[in-house]
Amino acid sequence: MTVGLVIVSHSARIAEGVVELAAQMAAAVEIAPAGGTDGGGIGTSFDKVQAALTAADSGDGVVVLCDLGSAVLTAETALDFADDPERIRIADAPIVEGAVAAAVAAASGASLEQVLAAAQDQAPAAAQPATEQQDLSAPAPSAVAEIELANQHGLHARPAAELVRTASGFDAQVTVNGVDAKSMLRVLALGLDRGTVARFEATGAQATEAIAAIELLAADGFGES
Amino acid sequence: MSGLDGAWTRRWIEAIAAEIATRKSELTALDRAIGDGDHGENLDRGFQAVLGKLDGLDDAPTPGAVLKLVATTLISTVGGAAGPLYGTAFLKAAMAAGDRPELDATGLVEVLTAARDGIVARGKAEPNDKTMVDAWGPAVEAAGAAGDDVRAVLEAAASAAAEGAIATEPLVAHKGRASYLGERAIGHRDPGAESTALILRVAADTQ
Repeated sequence: MTVGLVIVSHSARIAEGVVELAAQMAAAVEIAPAGGTDGGGIGTSFDKVQAALTAADSGDGVVVLCDLGSAVLTAETALDFADDPERIRIADAPIVEGAVAAAVAAASGASLEQVLAAAQDQAPAAAQPATEQQDLSAPAPSAVAEIELANQHGLHARPAAELVRTASGFDAQVTVNGVDAKSMLRVLALGLDRGTVARFEATGAQATEAIAAIELLAADGFGES
Repeated sequence: MSGLDGAWTRRWIEAIAAEIATRKSELTALDRAIGDGDHGENLDRGFQAVLGKLDGLDDAPTPGAVLKLVATTLISTVGGAAGPLYGTAFLKAAMAAGDRPELDATGLVEVLTAARDGIVARGKAEPNDKTMVDAWGPAVEAAGAAGDDVRAVLEAAASAAAEGAIATEPLVAHKGRASYLGERAIGHRDPGAESTALILRVAADTQ
Protein backbone atom coordinates (compact mmCIF):
# COMPACT_ATOMS: atom_id res chain seq x y z
CA MET A 1 0.00 0.00 0.00
CA THR A 2 1.24 3.43 -0.89
CA VAL A 3 -0.15 6.92 -1.18
CA GLY A 4 -2.02 7.16 -4.48
CA LEU A 5 -2.07 9.97 -7.04
CA VAL A 6 -4.80 11.55 -9.12
CA ILE A 7 -3.90 13.55 -12.23
CA VAL A 8 -6.55 16.15 -13.11
CA SER A 9 -6.12 17.75 -16.51
CA HIS A 10 -8.31 19.57 -19.01
CA SER A 11 -7.14 17.01 -21.55
CA ALA A 12 -7.72 13.26 -21.26
CA ARG A 13 -4.51 12.65 -23.18
CA ILE A 14 -2.44 14.86 -20.90
CA ALA A 15 -3.80 13.08 -17.83
CA GLU A 16 -3.13 9.66 -19.32
CA GLY A 17 0.33 10.73 -20.50
CA VAL A 18 1.30 12.02 -17.07
CA VAL A 19 0.08 8.78 -15.51
CA GLU A 20 2.15 6.81 -18.02
CA LEU A 21 5.26 8.87 -17.34
CA ALA A 22 4.95 8.78 -13.56
CA ALA A 23 4.07 5.07 -13.50
CA GLN A 24 7.30 4.31 -15.35
CA MET A 25 9.18 5.37 -12.22
CA ALA A 26 6.75 3.94 -9.71
CA ALA A 27 4.98 0.86 -10.98
CA ALA A 28 3.52 -0.04 -7.58
CA VAL A 29 1.80 3.30 -7.03
CA GLU A 30 -1.87 3.66 -7.88
CA ILE A 31 -2.07 6.67 -10.24
CA ALA A 32 -5.47 7.51 -11.68
CA PRO A 33 -6.12 9.93 -14.55
CA ALA A 34 -9.08 12.33 -14.55
CA GLY A 35 -8.76 14.23 -17.80
CA GLY A 36 -11.28 15.95 -20.03
CA THR A 37 -15.03 16.26 -19.74
CA ASP A 38 -17.52 13.42 -19.57
CA GLY A 39 -18.14 13.91 -23.28
CA GLY A 40 -14.44 13.55 -24.09
CA GLY A 41 -13.92 17.26 -24.67
CA ILE A 42 -11.49 19.74 -23.15
CA GLY A 43 -12.40 20.59 -19.56
CA THR A 44 -12.59 18.86 -16.22
CA SER A 45 -15.19 16.46 -14.93
CA PHE A 46 -16.32 16.32 -11.33
CA ASP A 47 -17.48 12.73 -11.82
CA LYS A 48 -14.14 11.65 -13.30
CA VAL A 49 -12.26 13.29 -10.44
CA GLN A 50 -14.51 11.58 -7.88
CA ALA A 51 -14.02 8.20 -9.56
CA ALA A 52 -10.25 8.69 -9.76
CA LEU A 53 -10.06 9.64 -6.07
CA THR A 54 -11.81 6.39 -5.19
CA ALA A 55 -9.57 4.39 -7.52
CA ALA A 56 -6.33 5.88 -6.20
CA ASP A 57 -7.04 5.66 -2.49
CA SER A 58 -5.85 2.41 -1.02
CA GLY A 59 -6.28 3.77 2.50
CA ASP A 60 -3.03 5.71 2.75
CA GLY A 61 -4.43 8.82 1.09
CA VAL A 62 -4.22 10.56 -2.25
CA VAL A 63 -2.24 13.50 -3.59
CA VAL A 64 -3.98 15.32 -6.44
CA LEU A 65 -2.07 17.13 -9.19
CA CYS A 66 -3.88 19.60 -11.41
CA ASP A 67 -3.10 21.54 -14.53
CA LEU A 68 -4.92 24.86 -15.07
CA GLY A 69 -7.16 26.78 -12.66
CA SER A 70 -10.53 25.11 -13.10
CA ALA A 71 -8.94 21.69 -12.60
CA VAL A 72 -8.08 22.91 -9.10
CA LEU A 73 -11.63 24.18 -8.57
CA THR A 74 -13.10 20.86 -9.68
CA ALA A 75 -10.70 18.95 -7.43
CA GLU A 76 -11.55 21.20 -4.47
CA THR A 77 -15.26 20.71 -5.11
CA ALA A 78 -14.77 16.94 -5.22
CA LEU A 79 -12.90 17.23 -1.93
CA ASP A 80 -15.96 18.95 -0.41
CA PHE A 81 -17.99 15.89 -1.34
CA ALA A 82 -15.40 13.29 -0.27
CA ASP A 83 -16.08 10.90 2.59
CA ASP A 84 -12.53 11.24 3.89
CA PRO A 85 -11.31 14.69 2.85
CA GLU A 86 -8.50 14.51 5.40
CA ARG A 87 -6.91 11.75 3.28
CA ILE A 88 -6.76 13.97 0.18
CA ARG A 89 -4.23 16.71 -0.53
CA ILE A 90 -4.20 18.97 -3.58
CA ALA A 91 -0.62 19.78 -4.55
CA ASP A 92 0.41 23.25 -5.65
CA ALA A 93 2.90 21.92 -8.16
CA PRO A 94 3.60 21.68 -11.89
CA ILE A 95 1.59 18.68 -13.07
CA VAL A 96 4.34 16.73 -14.84
CA GLU A 97 7.30 17.33 -12.56
CA GLY A 98 5.09 17.22 -9.47
CA ALA A 99 3.53 13.91 -10.49
CA VAL A 100 6.91 12.30 -11.15
CA ALA A 101 8.34 13.53 -7.86
CA ALA A 102 5.23 12.48 -5.94
CA ALA A 103 5.17 9.05 -7.59
CA VAL A 104 8.79 8.39 -6.66
CA ALA A 105 8.16 9.50 -3.08
CA ALA A 106 5.01 7.37 -2.85
CA ALA A 107 6.88 4.35 -4.23
CA SER A 108 9.45 4.70 -1.47
CA GLY A 109 6.63 4.37 1.08
CA ALA A 110 6.48 8.02 2.02
CA SER A 111 3.54 9.38 4.03
CA LEU A 112 0.79 11.55 2.59
CA GLU A 113 2.47 14.74 3.80
CA GLN A 114 5.86 13.60 2.50
CA VAL A 115 4.44 12.81 -0.93
CA LEU A 116 2.76 16.22 -0.97
CA ALA A 117 6.06 17.85 -0.02
CA ALA A 118 7.88 15.94 -2.74
CA ALA A 119 5.37 17.14 -5.33
CA GLN A 120 5.68 20.73 -4.14
CA ASP A 121 9.43 20.42 -3.83
CA GLN A 122 9.38 21.61 -0.27
CA ALA A 123 12.56 20.28 1.17
CA PRO A 124 11.65 17.49 3.57
CA ALA A 125 12.74 17.82 7.17
CA ALA A 126 15.99 15.95 6.57
CA ALA A 127 17.18 18.61 4.15
CA GLN A 128 17.33 21.40 6.72
CA PRO A 129 20.81 22.87 7.12
CA ALA A 130 22.81 20.55 9.29
CA THR A 131 23.85 23.17 11.82
CA GLU A 132 20.27 23.74 12.92
CA GLN A 133 19.87 20.22 14.17
CA GLN A 134 23.32 19.43 15.47
CA ASP A 135 25.03 19.74 18.75
CA LEU A 136 28.16 21.51 17.52
CA SER A 137 30.36 19.94 20.17
CA ALA A 138 29.58 16.48 18.79
CA PRO A 139 29.37 16.71 15.02
CA ALA A 140 27.16 14.09 13.41
CA PRO A 141 28.88 11.46 11.32
CA SER A 142 29.44 12.49 7.75
CA ALA A 143 30.57 10.76 4.61
CA VAL A 144 31.52 11.79 1.11
CA ALA A 145 31.92 10.00 -2.19
CA GLU A 146 32.81 11.26 -5.64
CA ILE A 147 31.44 8.98 -8.28
CA GLU A 148 31.75 9.10 -12.05
CA LEU A 149 28.36 8.39 -13.55
CA ALA A 150 28.96 5.46 -15.86
CA ASN A 151 25.39 4.54 -16.64
CA GLN A 152 23.91 5.40 -20.00
CA HIS A 153 21.53 8.16 -18.96
CA GLY A 154 23.39 9.80 -16.10
CA LEU A 155 21.06 10.94 -13.33
CA HIS A 156 17.96 11.29 -15.44
CA ALA A 157 14.51 9.81 -14.95
CA ARG A 158 14.73 6.28 -13.57
CA PRO A 159 18.33 6.47 -12.33
CA ALA A 160 17.42 9.68 -10.49
CA ALA A 161 14.39 7.95 -9.03
CA GLU A 162 16.61 5.10 -7.85
CA LEU A 163 18.95 7.58 -6.17
CA VAL A 164 16.05 9.39 -4.46
CA ARG A 165 14.60 6.09 -3.29
CA THR A 166 17.93 4.94 -1.90
CA ALA A 167 18.77 8.26 -0.22
CA SER A 168 15.29 8.44 1.31
CA GLY A 169 15.86 5.14 3.07
CA PHE A 170 18.43 6.52 5.48
CA ASP A 171 18.36 8.74 8.52
CA ALA A 172 20.78 11.21 7.00
CA GLN A 173 20.83 14.37 4.98
CA VAL A 174 22.15 13.42 1.59
CA THR A 175 23.17 15.81 -1.14
CA VAL A 176 24.41 15.38 -4.67
CA ASN A 177 26.43 18.32 -5.96
CA GLY A 178 24.98 20.35 -3.12
CA VAL A 179 21.28 19.67 -3.73
CA ASP A 180 18.95 17.47 -1.74
CA ALA A 181 19.33 13.91 -3.07
CA LYS A 182 15.90 13.04 -1.64
CA SER A 183 14.21 15.53 -3.97
CA MET A 184 13.46 14.15 -7.40
CA LEU A 185 12.97 17.64 -8.82
CA ARG A 186 16.29 18.91 -7.49
CA VAL A 187 18.20 15.87 -8.73
CA LEU A 188 16.62 16.06 -12.19
CA ALA A 189 17.34 19.78 -12.37
CA LEU A 190 21.05 19.07 -12.03
CA GLY A 191 20.93 17.37 -15.42
CA LEU A 192 23.93 15.18 -14.62
CA ASP A 193 24.97 13.30 -17.75
CA ARG A 194 27.00 10.16 -18.25
CA GLY A 195 30.68 10.71 -17.50
CA THR A 196 30.06 13.49 -14.96
CA VAL A 197 31.75 13.17 -11.61
CA ALA A 198 29.07 13.76 -8.98
CA ARG A 199 29.85 14.55 -5.36
CA PHE A 200 27.63 12.84 -2.81
CA GLU A 201 27.71 14.06 0.78
CA ALA A 202 25.80 12.73 3.76
CA THR A 203 25.45 13.95 7.31
CA GLY A 204 23.55 12.34 10.14
CA ALA A 205 23.22 9.10 12.04
CA GLN A 206 23.27 6.90 8.95
CA ALA A 207 25.58 9.05 6.79
CA THR A 208 28.08 6.28 6.19
CA GLU A 209 25.43 3.73 5.35
CA ALA A 210 23.72 6.14 2.95
CA ILE A 211 26.93 6.85 1.04
CA ALA A 212 27.79 3.14 0.94
CA ALA A 213 24.37 2.35 -0.47
CA ILE A 214 24.74 5.06 -3.11
CA GLU A 215 28.18 3.71 -4.09
CA LEU A 216 26.63 0.27 -4.48
CA LEU A 217 23.79 1.71 -6.51
CA ALA A 218 26.24 3.57 -8.75
CA ALA A 219 28.28 0.39 -9.24
CA ASP A 220 25.05 -1.22 -10.34
CA GLY A 221 24.58 1.55 -12.92
CA PHE A 222 21.66 3.06 -10.94
CA GLY A 223 19.52 0.14 -12.03
CA GLU A 224 20.49 0.56 -15.67
CA SER A 225 23.29 -1.94 -16.03
CA MET B 1 -46.36 38.38 -5.29
CA SER B 2 -45.49 37.71 -1.69
CA GLY B 3 -42.57 35.30 -1.59
CA LEU B 4 -40.66 33.17 -4.11
CA ASP B 5 -41.74 29.53 -3.98
CA GLY B 6 -40.41 26.37 -5.56
CA ALA B 7 -42.54 26.80 -8.68
CA TRP B 8 -41.07 30.28 -9.19
CA THR B 9 -37.57 28.89 -8.67
CA ARG B 10 -38.23 26.28 -11.32
CA ARG B 11 -39.56 28.88 -13.78
CA TRP B 12 -36.45 30.95 -13.10
CA ILE B 13 -34.10 28.04 -13.83
CA GLU B 14 -36.02 27.17 -17.01
CA ALA B 15 -35.78 30.79 -18.13
CA ILE B 16 -32.00 30.80 -17.44
CA ALA B 17 -31.63 27.70 -19.60
CA ALA B 18 -33.59 29.34 -22.42
CA GLU B 19 -31.67 32.62 -22.18
CA ILE B 20 -28.28 30.90 -22.12
CA ALA B 21 -29.26 28.78 -25.12
CA THR B 22 -30.07 32.03 -26.95
CA ARG B 23 -26.97 33.92 -25.84
CA LYS B 24 -24.37 31.16 -25.64
CA SER B 25 -22.44 32.38 -28.69
CA GLU B 26 -22.23 35.84 -27.17
CA LEU B 27 -20.86 34.43 -23.88
CA THR B 28 -18.44 32.23 -25.75
CA ALA B 29 -17.26 35.19 -27.85
CA LEU B 30 -16.46 37.10 -24.63
CA ASP B 31 -14.59 34.06 -23.36
CA ARG B 32 -12.75 33.55 -26.64
CA ALA B 33 -11.35 37.08 -26.33
CA ILE B 34 -9.73 36.53 -22.93
CA GLY B 35 -10.25 32.91 -21.94
CA ASP B 36 -10.60 29.46 -23.42
CA GLY B 37 -13.71 30.19 -25.45
CA ASP B 38 -16.10 27.68 -23.95
CA HIS B 39 -18.16 29.58 -21.36
CA GLY B 40 -21.40 29.74 -23.36
CA GLU B 41 -21.26 26.13 -24.53
CA ASN B 42 -20.32 24.91 -21.05
CA LEU B 43 -23.18 26.74 -19.32
CA ASP B 44 -25.59 25.67 -22.05
CA ARG B 45 -24.61 22.03 -21.57
CA GLY B 46 -25.04 22.40 -17.80
CA PHE B 47 -28.43 24.10 -17.86
CA GLN B 48 -29.77 21.79 -20.58
CA ALA B 49 -28.81 18.90 -18.30
CA VAL B 50 -30.66 20.65 -15.48
CA LEU B 51 -33.79 20.91 -17.66
CA GLY B 52 -33.69 17.17 -18.18
CA LYS B 53 -33.69 16.58 -14.44
CA LEU B 54 -36.33 19.07 -13.26
CA ASP B 55 -39.14 16.61 -13.89
CA GLY B 56 -37.57 14.28 -11.37
CA LEU B 57 -38.43 16.72 -8.58
CA ASP B 58 -41.47 16.45 -6.31
CA ASP B 59 -44.70 18.03 -7.48
CA ALA B 60 -44.23 20.94 -5.13
CA PRO B 61 -40.50 21.27 -4.49
CA THR B 62 -39.07 23.87 -2.13
CA PRO B 63 -36.81 26.58 -3.60
CA GLY B 64 -33.95 24.83 -1.79
CA ALA B 65 -34.66 21.51 -3.51
CA VAL B 66 -34.62 23.12 -6.95
CA LEU B 67 -31.40 25.00 -6.19
CA LYS B 68 -29.72 21.83 -4.94
CA LEU B 69 -30.63 19.94 -8.11
CA VAL B 70 -29.13 22.77 -10.16
CA ALA B 71 -25.97 22.69 -8.03
CA THR B 72 -25.24 18.99 -8.33
CA THR B 73 -26.06 18.96 -12.05
CA LEU B 74 -23.85 21.95 -12.87
CA ILE B 75 -20.94 20.55 -10.87
CA SER B 76 -21.09 17.32 -12.88
CA THR B 77 -21.81 18.64 -16.34
CA VAL B 78 -20.33 22.08 -17.00
CA GLY B 79 -16.71 21.07 -17.45
CA GLY B 80 -15.06 24.47 -17.00
CA ALA B 81 -14.37 26.70 -14.01
CA ALA B 82 -18.02 27.78 -14.15
CA GLY B 83 -19.09 24.26 -13.05
CA PRO B 84 -17.53 24.28 -9.60
CA LEU B 85 -18.12 28.03 -9.20
CA TYR B 86 -21.82 28.13 -10.09
CA GLY B 87 -22.28 24.66 -8.63
CA THR B 88 -20.94 25.86 -5.30
CA ALA B 89 -23.01 29.06 -5.53
CA PHE B 90 -26.24 27.12 -6.05
CA LEU B 91 -25.27 24.59 -3.39
CA LYS B 92 -24.66 27.28 -0.77
CA ALA B 93 -27.84 29.02 -1.90
CA ALA B 94 -29.77 25.77 -1.44
CA MET B 95 -28.32 25.34 2.02
CA ALA B 96 -29.28 28.90 2.94
CA ALA B 97 -32.81 28.35 1.61
CA GLY B 98 -33.12 25.19 3.69
CA ASP B 99 -36.61 23.70 3.62
CA ARG B 100 -38.45 27.04 3.59
CA PRO B 101 -41.48 26.79 1.26
CA GLU B 102 -41.05 30.42 0.20
CA LEU B 103 -38.36 33.04 0.26
CA ASP B 104 -39.28 36.54 1.38
CA ALA B 105 -36.98 39.50 0.82
CA THR B 106 -34.84 38.66 3.83
CA GLY B 107 -34.60 35.02 2.80
CA LEU B 108 -33.73 36.00 -0.76
CA VAL B 109 -30.89 38.24 0.41
CA GLU B 110 -29.60 35.39 2.59
CA VAL B 111 -29.66 33.06 -0.41
CA LEU B 112 -27.87 35.54 -2.68
CA THR B 113 -25.30 36.26 0.02
CA ALA B 114 -24.62 32.55 0.49
CA ALA B 115 -24.19 32.12 -3.26
CA ARG B 116 -21.68 34.97 -3.44
CA ASP B 117 -19.79 33.67 -0.40
CA GLY B 118 -19.62 30.22 -1.98
CA ILE B 119 -18.09 31.63 -5.15
CA VAL B 120 -15.58 33.71 -3.21
CA ALA B 121 -14.59 30.71 -1.09
CA ARG B 122 -14.23 28.44 -4.12
CA GLY B 123 -12.47 30.79 -6.52
CA LYS B 124 -10.64 32.95 -3.98
CA ALA B 125 -11.09 35.99 -6.21
CA GLU B 126 -11.07 39.50 -4.78
CA PRO B 127 -13.17 42.39 -6.05
CA ASN B 128 -11.68 43.90 -9.24
CA ASP B 129 -9.93 40.65 -10.20
CA LYS B 130 -12.14 40.70 -13.31
CA THR B 131 -14.26 37.69 -12.36
CA MET B 132 -17.89 36.87 -11.64
CA VAL B 133 -17.28 38.19 -8.12
CA ASP B 134 -17.38 41.67 -9.66
CA ALA B 135 -21.03 41.06 -10.57
CA TRP B 136 -22.03 39.05 -7.49
CA GLY B 137 -20.52 41.52 -5.01
CA PRO B 138 -22.48 44.62 -6.11
CA ALA B 139 -25.59 42.47 -6.66
CA VAL B 140 -25.63 41.22 -3.08
CA GLU B 141 -24.89 44.68 -1.73
CA ALA B 142 -27.74 46.25 -3.71
CA ALA B 143 -30.09 43.39 -2.80
CA GLY B 144 -29.43 43.95 0.89
CA ALA B 145 -30.31 47.63 0.59
CA ALA B 146 -33.45 47.17 -1.51
CA GLY B 147 -36.04 46.83 1.24
CA ASP B 148 -38.58 44.14 1.98
CA ASP B 149 -40.20 43.60 -1.40
CA VAL B 150 -38.81 40.55 -3.24
CA ARG B 151 -39.37 42.13 -6.67
CA ALA B 152 -37.39 45.18 -5.62
CA VAL B 153 -34.61 42.95 -4.29
CA LEU B 154 -34.46 40.98 -7.55
CA GLU B 155 -34.44 44.15 -9.64
CA ALA B 156 -31.73 45.77 -7.53
CA ALA B 157 -29.55 42.66 -7.76
CA ALA B 158 -30.02 42.39 -11.53
CA SER B 159 -29.18 46.04 -12.19
CA ALA B 160 -26.13 46.02 -9.94
CA ALA B 161 -24.84 42.79 -11.50
CA ALA B 162 -25.19 44.27 -14.99
CA GLU B 163 -23.27 47.38 -13.94
CA GLY B 164 -20.69 45.22 -12.23
CA ALA B 165 -20.20 43.16 -15.40
CA ILE B 166 -19.68 46.30 -17.51
CA ALA B 167 -17.24 47.59 -14.91
CA THR B 168 -14.98 44.57 -15.50
CA GLU B 169 -14.09 45.87 -18.98
CA PRO B 170 -11.21 48.20 -18.01
CA LEU B 171 -9.73 45.71 -15.53
CA VAL B 172 -6.66 43.49 -15.74
CA ALA B 173 -7.55 39.91 -14.75
CA HIS B 174 -5.95 38.32 -11.70
CA LYS B 175 -7.72 34.95 -11.77
CA GLY B 176 -8.47 32.34 -14.38
CA ARG B 177 -7.19 31.94 -17.89
CA ALA B 178 -7.50 35.68 -18.59
CA SER B 179 -4.80 36.37 -15.99
CA TYR B 180 -2.22 35.05 -18.47
CA LEU B 181 -3.07 37.91 -20.81
CA GLY B 182 -2.05 40.81 -18.57
CA GLU B 183 -3.02 44.15 -20.06
CA ARG B 184 -4.40 42.50 -23.20
CA ALA B 185 -7.51 41.64 -21.13
CA ILE B 186 -8.29 45.36 -20.81
CA GLY B 187 -11.34 46.39 -22.82
CA HIS B 188 -13.01 42.97 -22.64
CA ARG B 189 -15.92 42.15 -20.37
CA ASP B 190 -15.48 39.15 -18.11
CA PRO B 191 -17.69 36.30 -19.36
CA GLY B 192 -18.42 35.00 -15.85
CA ALA B 193 -19.55 38.42 -14.68
CA GLU B 194 -21.73 38.65 -17.78
CA SER B 195 -23.35 35.24 -17.21
CA THR B 196 -23.97 36.26 -13.58
CA ALA B 197 -25.71 39.41 -14.81
CA LEU B 198 -27.75 37.22 -17.18
CA ILE B 199 -28.83 34.83 -14.43
CA LEU B 200 -29.88 37.66 -12.11
CA ARG B 201 -31.61 39.64 -14.91
CA VAL B 202 -33.66 36.56 -15.76
CA ALA B 203 -34.58 36.24 -12.07
CA ALA B 204 -35.90 39.81 -12.03
CA ASP B 205 -37.91 39.14 -15.19
CA THR B 206 -39.39 35.82 -14.01
CA GLN B 207 -42.94 36.22 -12.76
